[in-house]
Amino acid sequence: MFVEIMESISIYAIPVIIVGFILFGMAKKVKVYESFTEGAKEGFNTAVRIIPFLVAMLVAIGAFRASGAMELLTKALSPITNLIGMPGEVLPMAFMRPLSGGGAQGIMTDLITTHGTESLIGRMASVMMGSTETTFYVLAVYFGSIAVKKQRHALSVGLLADLAGLLTAVFVTRLFFGM
Amino acid sequence: MINFIWAGLLIIGFVVGALTGNLEAVTNAAIDNAKTGVDLALGLIGIMTLWLGLMKIAEDSGLVEKLARLLKPLMVWLFPDVPPEHPAMGAMIMNIAANMLGLGNAATPLGLKAMQELQKLSDDKETATDAMVTFLAINTSSVTLIPASTIGILVAAGATNPTEIIGPTLVATTVSTIVAIIVSKIFQRLPKYQIKKADNK
Repeated sequence: MFVEIMESISIYAIPVIIVGFILFGMAKKVKVYESFTEGAKEGFNTAVRIIPFLVAMLVAIGAFRASGAMELLTKALSPITNLIGMPGEVLPMAFMRPLSGGGAQGIMTDLITTHGTESLIGRMASVMMGSTETTFYVLAVYFGSIAVKKQRHALSVGLLADLAGLLTAVFVTRLFFGM
Repeated sequence: MINFIWAGLLIIGFVVGALTGNLEAVTNAAIDNAKTGVDLALGLIGIMTLWLGLMKIAEDSGLVEKLARLLKPLMVWLFPDVPPEHPAMGAMIMNIAANMLGLGNAATPLGLKAMQELQKLSDDKETATDAMVTFLAINTSSVTLIPASTIGILVAAGATNPTEIIGPTLVATTVSTIVAIIVSKIFQRLPKYQIKKADNK
Protein backbone atom coordinates (compact mmCIF):
# COMPACT_ATOMS: atom_id res chain seq x y z
CA MET A 1 0.00 0.00 0.00
CA PHE A 2 2.70 2.41 1.11
CA VAL A 3 4.74 1.41 -1.92
CA GLU A 4 1.88 2.00 -4.37
CA ILE A 5 1.28 5.44 -2.90
CA MET A 6 4.96 6.31 -3.20
CA GLU A 7 5.12 5.00 -6.76
CA SER A 8 2.23 7.17 -7.86
CA ILE A 9 3.84 10.14 -6.13
CA SER A 10 7.00 9.60 -8.20
CA ILE A 11 4.97 9.54 -11.41
CA TYR A 12 2.70 12.47 -10.66
CA ALA A 13 5.02 14.73 -8.66
CA ILE A 14 6.79 16.50 -11.53
CA PRO A 15 3.72 17.08 -13.74
CA VAL A 16 1.73 18.30 -10.72
CA ILE A 17 4.54 20.63 -9.66
CA ILE A 18 4.95 22.10 -13.16
CA VAL A 19 1.23 22.66 -13.75
CA GLY A 20 0.63 23.70 -10.14
CA PHE A 21 3.37 26.33 -10.17
CA ILE A 22 2.10 27.82 -13.41
CA LEU A 23 -1.57 27.85 -12.34
CA PHE A 24 -0.71 29.33 -8.96
CA GLY A 25 1.43 31.98 -10.66
CA MET A 26 -1.38 32.90 -13.03
CA ALA A 27 -3.86 33.07 -10.17
CA LYS A 28 -1.52 35.53 -8.45
CA LYS A 29 -1.30 37.54 -11.70
CA VAL A 30 2.37 36.75 -12.23
CA LYS A 31 3.59 37.14 -15.83
CA VAL A 32 4.53 33.47 -15.92
CA TYR A 33 6.35 33.39 -19.25
CA GLU A 34 8.49 36.39 -18.38
CA SER A 35 9.19 35.03 -14.90
CA PHE A 36 10.19 31.66 -16.30
CA THR A 37 12.66 33.03 -18.82
CA GLU A 38 14.06 35.43 -16.25
CA GLY A 39 14.83 32.57 -13.84
CA ALA A 40 15.96 30.21 -16.59
CA LYS A 41 18.73 32.60 -17.68
CA GLU A 42 20.73 31.48 -14.66
CA GLY A 43 20.67 27.82 -15.72
CA PHE A 44 23.43 28.05 -18.28
CA ASN A 45 25.81 30.05 -16.11
CA THR A 46 25.43 27.70 -13.16
CA ALA A 47 26.11 24.62 -15.26
CA VAL A 48 29.22 26.15 -16.83
CA ARG A 49 30.53 27.43 -13.50
CA ILE A 50 30.76 23.93 -12.01
CA ILE A 51 32.94 22.51 -14.85
CA PRO A 52 36.40 23.10 -13.28
CA PHE A 53 35.29 21.66 -9.93
CA LEU A 54 33.67 18.64 -11.52
CA VAL A 55 36.66 17.92 -13.77
CA ALA A 56 39.14 18.19 -10.87
CA MET A 57 37.15 15.75 -8.76
CA LEU A 58 36.31 13.24 -11.48
CA VAL A 59 39.90 13.08 -12.78
CA ALA A 60 41.21 12.22 -9.30
CA ILE A 61 38.48 9.63 -8.72
CA GLY A 62 39.04 8.11 -12.16
CA ALA A 63 42.79 7.72 -11.56
CA PHE A 64 42.21 6.17 -8.15
CA ARG A 65 39.60 3.71 -9.40
CA ALA A 66 41.60 2.52 -12.38
CA SER A 67 44.81 1.94 -10.40
CA GLY A 68 43.61 -1.04 -8.39
CA ALA A 69 44.12 0.84 -5.12
CA MET A 70 40.55 -0.06 -4.12
CA GLU A 71 41.37 -3.80 -4.06
CA LEU A 72 44.43 -3.20 -1.90
CA LEU A 73 42.44 -1.09 0.54
CA THR A 74 39.69 -3.72 0.75
CA LYS A 75 42.21 -6.45 1.51
CA ALA A 76 43.91 -4.38 4.19
CA LEU A 77 40.65 -3.60 5.95
CA SER A 78 38.95 -7.02 5.81
CA PRO A 79 39.82 -7.96 9.44
CA ILE A 80 37.91 -4.90 10.70
CA THR A 81 34.86 -5.46 8.49
CA ASN A 82 34.62 -9.11 9.53
CA LEU A 83 34.44 -7.89 13.11
CA ILE A 84 31.34 -5.73 12.51
CA GLY A 85 29.59 -8.35 10.44
CA MET A 86 30.11 -6.79 7.02
CA PRO A 87 30.94 -9.39 4.38
CA GLY A 88 34.23 -8.49 2.65
CA GLU A 89 32.47 -8.53 -0.73
CA VAL A 90 30.45 -5.43 0.24
CA LEU A 91 33.48 -3.33 1.23
CA PRO A 92 34.36 -2.02 -2.26
CA MET A 93 30.75 -0.80 -2.49
CA ALA A 94 31.17 1.09 0.79
CA PHE A 95 34.34 2.77 -0.44
CA MET A 96 33.02 3.57 -3.89
CA ARG A 97 29.73 5.08 -2.72
CA PRO A 98 30.97 8.56 -1.66
CA LEU A 99 33.24 8.78 -4.75
CA SER A 100 31.03 7.73 -7.62
CA GLY A 101 27.30 7.05 -7.82
CA GLY A 102 27.65 5.23 -11.13
CA GLY A 103 30.58 3.18 -9.85
CA ALA A 104 28.72 2.18 -6.70
CA GLN A 105 25.64 1.26 -8.72
CA GLY A 106 27.84 -0.94 -10.92
CA ILE A 107 29.28 -2.73 -7.90
CA MET A 108 25.80 -3.12 -6.37
CA THR A 109 24.40 -4.60 -9.59
CA ASP A 110 27.33 -7.00 -9.75
CA LEU A 111 26.84 -8.09 -6.11
CA ILE A 112 23.10 -8.61 -6.62
CA THR A 113 23.52 -10.69 -9.77
CA THR A 114 26.49 -12.68 -8.41
CA HIS A 115 25.09 -13.48 -4.97
CA GLY A 116 21.35 -13.29 -5.68
CA THR A 117 18.56 -10.88 -4.76
CA GLU A 118 17.74 -12.84 -1.58
CA SER A 119 21.33 -12.92 -0.33
CA LEU A 120 22.61 -10.94 2.65
CA ILE A 121 25.30 -9.40 0.43
CA GLY A 122 22.82 -8.30 -2.25
CA ARG A 123 20.41 -6.84 0.26
CA MET A 124 23.14 -5.10 2.24
CA ALA A 125 24.51 -3.45 -0.90
CA SER A 126 20.97 -2.32 -1.85
CA VAL A 127 20.35 -0.75 1.54
CA MET A 128 23.78 0.94 1.47
CA MET A 129 23.01 2.43 -1.93
CA GLY A 130 19.88 4.14 -0.62
CA SER A 131 21.25 5.36 2.69
CA THR A 132 24.37 7.17 1.46
CA GLU A 133 25.24 9.78 -1.15
CA THR A 134 27.96 10.61 -3.65
CA THR A 135 29.41 13.10 -1.19
CA PHE A 136 32.48 14.12 -3.24
CA TYR A 137 30.40 14.80 -6.33
CA VAL A 138 27.75 16.78 -4.47
CA LEU A 139 30.32 18.94 -2.67
CA ALA A 140 32.19 19.61 -5.94
CA VAL A 141 29.02 20.63 -7.77
CA TYR A 142 27.34 22.61 -4.97
CA PHE A 143 30.40 24.51 -3.78
CA GLY A 144 31.64 24.84 -7.36
CA SER A 145 28.45 26.58 -8.42
CA ILE A 146 29.20 29.46 -6.04
CA ALA A 147 33.02 29.21 -6.30
CA VAL A 148 33.51 28.43 -2.59
CA LYS A 149 37.03 27.07 -2.13
CA LYS A 150 37.34 26.70 1.65
CA GLN A 151 34.80 24.01 2.46
CA ARG A 152 35.58 23.86 6.21
CA HIS A 153 33.96 20.84 7.88
CA ALA A 154 31.69 19.92 4.95
CA LEU A 155 33.66 16.88 3.77
CA SER A 156 34.23 15.51 7.29
CA VAL A 157 30.52 15.83 8.06
CA GLY A 158 29.48 14.27 4.74
CA LEU A 159 31.81 11.30 5.15
CA LEU A 160 30.80 10.73 8.77
CA ALA A 161 27.15 10.71 7.70
CA ASP A 162 28.01 8.17 4.99
CA LEU A 163 29.84 6.06 7.57
CA ALA A 164 26.80 6.20 9.86
CA GLY A 165 24.58 5.17 6.95
CA LEU A 166 26.88 2.28 6.01
CA LEU A 167 27.16 0.93 9.54
CA THR A 168 23.41 1.22 10.10
CA ALA A 169 22.87 -0.55 6.77
CA VAL A 170 25.01 -3.49 7.96
CA PHE A 171 23.12 -3.61 11.26
CA VAL A 172 19.55 -3.28 9.95
CA THR A 173 20.10 -5.67 7.04
CA ARG A 174 21.07 -8.36 9.54
CA LEU A 175 18.17 -7.37 11.79
CA PHE A 176 15.49 -7.36 9.05
CA PHE A 177 16.65 -10.37 7.05
CA GLY A 178 18.34 -12.51 9.70
CA MET A 179 21.92 -13.69 9.39
CA MET B 1 41.11 18.37 4.02
CA ILE B 2 39.77 18.50 0.47
CA ASN B 3 43.27 19.42 -0.75
CA PHE B 4 44.85 16.35 0.83
CA ILE B 5 42.14 13.97 -0.32
CA TRP B 6 42.20 15.30 -3.85
CA ALA B 7 46.00 15.13 -4.10
CA GLY B 8 45.95 11.75 -2.33
CA LEU B 9 43.51 10.20 -4.81
CA LEU B 10 45.65 11.36 -7.76
CA ILE B 11 49.06 10.47 -6.30
CA ILE B 12 47.95 7.09 -4.91
CA GLY B 13 46.24 6.38 -8.23
CA PHE B 14 49.37 6.99 -10.27
CA VAL B 15 51.79 5.32 -7.81
CA VAL B 16 49.65 2.19 -7.37
CA GLY B 17 49.00 2.19 -11.11
CA ALA B 18 52.76 2.17 -11.78
CA LEU B 19 53.35 -0.59 -9.21
CA THR B 20 50.58 -2.84 -10.53
CA GLY B 21 51.32 -2.17 -14.19
CA ASN B 22 48.03 -0.31 -14.70
CA LEU B 23 49.68 3.02 -15.42
CA GLU B 24 48.24 3.39 -18.89
CA ALA B 25 44.73 2.60 -17.63
CA VAL B 26 45.11 5.20 -14.88
CA THR B 27 46.16 7.88 -17.37
CA ASN B 28 43.28 7.01 -19.68
CA ALA B 29 40.77 7.03 -16.83
CA ALA B 30 41.97 10.47 -15.73
CA ILE B 31 41.66 11.92 -19.23
CA ASP B 32 38.31 10.21 -19.93
CA ASN B 33 36.87 11.51 -16.70
CA ALA B 34 37.91 15.07 -17.54
CA LYS B 35 35.66 14.77 -20.57
CA THR B 36 32.91 13.16 -18.48
CA GLY B 37 33.02 16.13 -16.11
CA VAL B 38 32.33 18.57 -18.92
CA ASP B 39 29.63 16.32 -20.42
CA LEU B 40 27.89 16.06 -17.05
CA ALA B 41 27.97 19.80 -16.50
CA LEU B 42 26.71 20.60 -20.00
CA GLY B 43 24.06 17.89 -19.66
CA LEU B 44 22.77 19.78 -16.63
CA ILE B 45 22.04 22.94 -18.64
CA GLY B 46 18.60 21.88 -19.87
CA ILE B 47 17.33 20.64 -16.51
CA MET B 48 18.88 23.56 -14.66
CA THR B 49 17.22 26.05 -16.97
CA LEU B 50 13.81 24.36 -16.73
CA TRP B 51 13.76 24.14 -12.94
CA LEU B 52 15.25 27.54 -12.26
CA GLY B 53 12.59 29.00 -14.55
CA LEU B 54 9.78 27.23 -12.69
CA MET B 55 11.37 28.18 -9.39
CA LYS B 56 11.26 31.84 -10.39
CA ILE B 57 7.50 31.57 -11.07
CA ALA B 58 7.01 29.95 -7.65
CA GLU B 59 9.04 32.73 -6.10
CA ASP B 60 7.26 35.61 -7.85
CA SER B 61 3.85 34.16 -6.95
CA GLY B 62 4.74 33.87 -3.26
CA LEU B 63 4.44 30.07 -3.27
CA VAL B 64 7.95 29.46 -1.99
CA GLU B 65 7.43 31.97 0.81
CA LYS B 66 4.21 30.19 1.87
CA LEU B 67 6.02 26.85 2.02
CA ALA B 68 8.88 28.37 3.96
CA ARG B 69 6.50 29.87 6.53
CA LEU B 70 4.96 26.44 7.09
CA LEU B 71 8.28 24.84 8.01
CA LYS B 72 9.69 27.91 9.70
CA PRO B 73 10.29 26.50 13.23
CA LEU B 74 12.32 23.56 11.94
CA MET B 75 14.27 25.65 9.43
CA VAL B 76 15.09 28.37 11.96
CA TRP B 77 16.49 25.72 14.30
CA LEU B 78 18.55 24.11 11.52
CA PHE B 79 19.78 27.39 10.03
CA PRO B 80 19.89 30.02 12.79
CA ASP B 81 22.10 32.33 10.69
CA VAL B 82 19.58 32.57 7.84
CA PRO B 83 16.77 35.12 8.27
CA PRO B 84 13.44 33.19 8.37
CA GLU B 85 11.98 35.11 5.43
CA HIS B 86 15.07 34.82 3.22
CA PRO B 87 14.60 33.11 -0.19
CA ALA B 88 17.37 30.65 0.74
CA MET B 89 14.95 28.96 3.18
CA GLY B 90 12.40 28.33 0.44
CA ALA B 91 14.99 27.00 -1.98
CA MET B 92 16.43 24.64 0.64
CA ILE B 93 12.96 23.30 1.50
CA MET B 94 12.21 22.68 -2.17
CA ASN B 95 15.53 20.86 -2.62
CA ILE B 96 15.01 18.63 0.44
CA ALA B 97 11.45 17.82 -0.67
CA ALA B 98 12.65 16.92 -4.18
CA ASN B 99 15.35 14.66 -2.69
CA MET B 100 12.85 12.88 -0.47
CA LEU B 101 10.56 12.16 -3.41
CA GLY B 102 13.52 10.86 -5.42
CA LEU B 103 13.22 13.61 -8.04
CA GLY B 104 16.96 13.75 -8.63
CA ASN B 105 16.56 15.86 -11.76
CA ALA B 106 14.69 18.57 -9.95
CA ALA B 107 16.72 18.41 -6.75
CA THR B 108 20.08 19.57 -8.11
CA PRO B 109 18.94 22.86 -9.70
CA LEU B 110 16.93 23.70 -6.59
CA GLY B 111 19.93 22.88 -4.41
CA LEU B 112 22.25 25.06 -6.49
CA LYS B 113 19.69 27.85 -6.26
CA ALA B 114 19.73 27.46 -2.47
CA MET B 115 23.53 27.67 -2.44
CA GLN B 116 23.42 30.89 -4.46
CA GLU B 117 20.94 32.39 -2.01
CA LEU B 118 23.11 31.30 0.95
CA GLN B 119 26.13 32.85 -0.75
CA LYS B 120 24.34 36.22 -0.74
CA LEU B 121 24.35 36.05 3.09
CA SER B 122 28.04 35.20 3.27
CA ASP B 123 30.71 37.77 4.11
CA ASP B 124 33.64 35.77 2.78
CA LYS B 125 32.64 34.46 -0.65
CA GLU B 126 35.43 31.87 -0.77
CA THR B 127 34.55 30.22 2.52
CA ALA B 128 31.58 27.99 3.29
CA THR B 129 29.16 29.26 5.94
CA ASP B 130 27.69 27.14 8.75
CA ALA B 131 24.34 27.15 6.97
CA MET B 132 25.93 25.90 3.72
CA VAL B 133 27.61 22.99 5.49
CA THR B 134 24.47 22.02 7.42
CA PHE B 135 22.42 22.19 4.22
CA LEU B 136 24.94 20.01 2.36
CA ALA B 137 25.06 17.59 5.28
CA ILE B 138 21.29 17.11 5.01
CA ASN B 139 21.53 16.96 1.24
CA THR B 140 24.31 14.34 1.07
CA SER B 141 22.74 12.13 3.71
CA SER B 142 19.65 12.15 1.49
CA VAL B 143 16.48 10.89 3.14
CA THR B 144 15.00 9.14 0.12
CA LEU B 145 11.55 7.67 0.67
CA ILE B 146 11.74 5.37 -2.34
CA PRO B 147 15.14 4.18 -3.63
CA ALA B 148 13.67 3.83 -7.12
CA SER B 149 16.79 2.96 -9.13
CA THR B 150 17.89 0.28 -6.64
CA ILE B 151 14.42 -1.29 -6.76
CA GLY B 152 14.65 -1.19 -10.55
CA ILE B 153 17.93 -3.11 -10.49
CA LEU B 154 16.51 -5.67 -8.03
CA VAL B 155 13.51 -6.18 -10.33
CA ALA B 156 15.79 -6.62 -13.32
CA ALA B 157 17.81 -9.21 -11.37
CA GLY B 158 14.60 -11.19 -10.75
CA ALA B 159 13.82 -10.28 -7.14
CA THR B 160 10.44 -11.62 -5.98
CA ASN B 161 9.92 -8.89 -3.41
CA PRO B 162 12.15 -5.95 -4.43
CA THR B 163 10.38 -3.40 -2.21
CA GLU B 164 11.45 -5.25 0.97
CA ILE B 165 14.56 -3.06 1.09
CA ILE B 166 12.52 0.14 1.58
CA GLY B 167 12.08 -0.36 5.34
CA PRO B 168 15.74 -1.00 6.21
CA THR B 169 16.88 1.73 3.80
CA LEU B 170 14.58 4.23 5.49
CA VAL B 171 16.03 3.34 8.89
CA ALA B 172 19.64 3.63 7.67
CA THR B 173 19.10 6.90 5.79
CA THR B 174 17.31 8.46 8.77
CA VAL B 175 20.21 7.56 11.05
CA SER B 176 22.71 9.05 8.59
CA THR B 177 20.70 12.29 8.33
CA ILE B 178 20.46 12.66 12.11
CA VAL B 179 24.21 12.03 12.42
CA ALA B 180 24.86 14.57 9.65
CA ILE B 181 22.86 17.30 11.41
CA ILE B 182 24.37 16.63 14.85
CA VAL B 183 27.95 16.38 13.56
CA SER B 184 27.64 19.54 11.46
CA LYS B 185 26.35 21.44 14.50
CA ILE B 186 29.19 20.16 16.70
CA PHE B 187 31.98 20.65 14.15
CA GLN B 188 31.05 24.26 13.40
CA ARG B 189 32.02 25.09 17.00
CA LEU B 190 35.43 23.40 16.85
CA PRO B 191 38.37 25.87 16.72
CA LYS B 192 39.81 23.97 13.74
CA TYR B 193 36.79 24.79 11.58
CA GLN B 194 35.93 28.27 12.85
CA ILE B 195 35.85 31.01 10.26
CA LYS B 196 38.90 33.17 10.86
CA LYS B 197 37.87 36.79 11.06
CA ALA B 198 40.18 39.02 9.03
CA ASP B 199 40.25 41.68 11.75
CA ASN B 200 43.96 42.55 11.93
CA LYS B 201 44.35 43.81 8.42
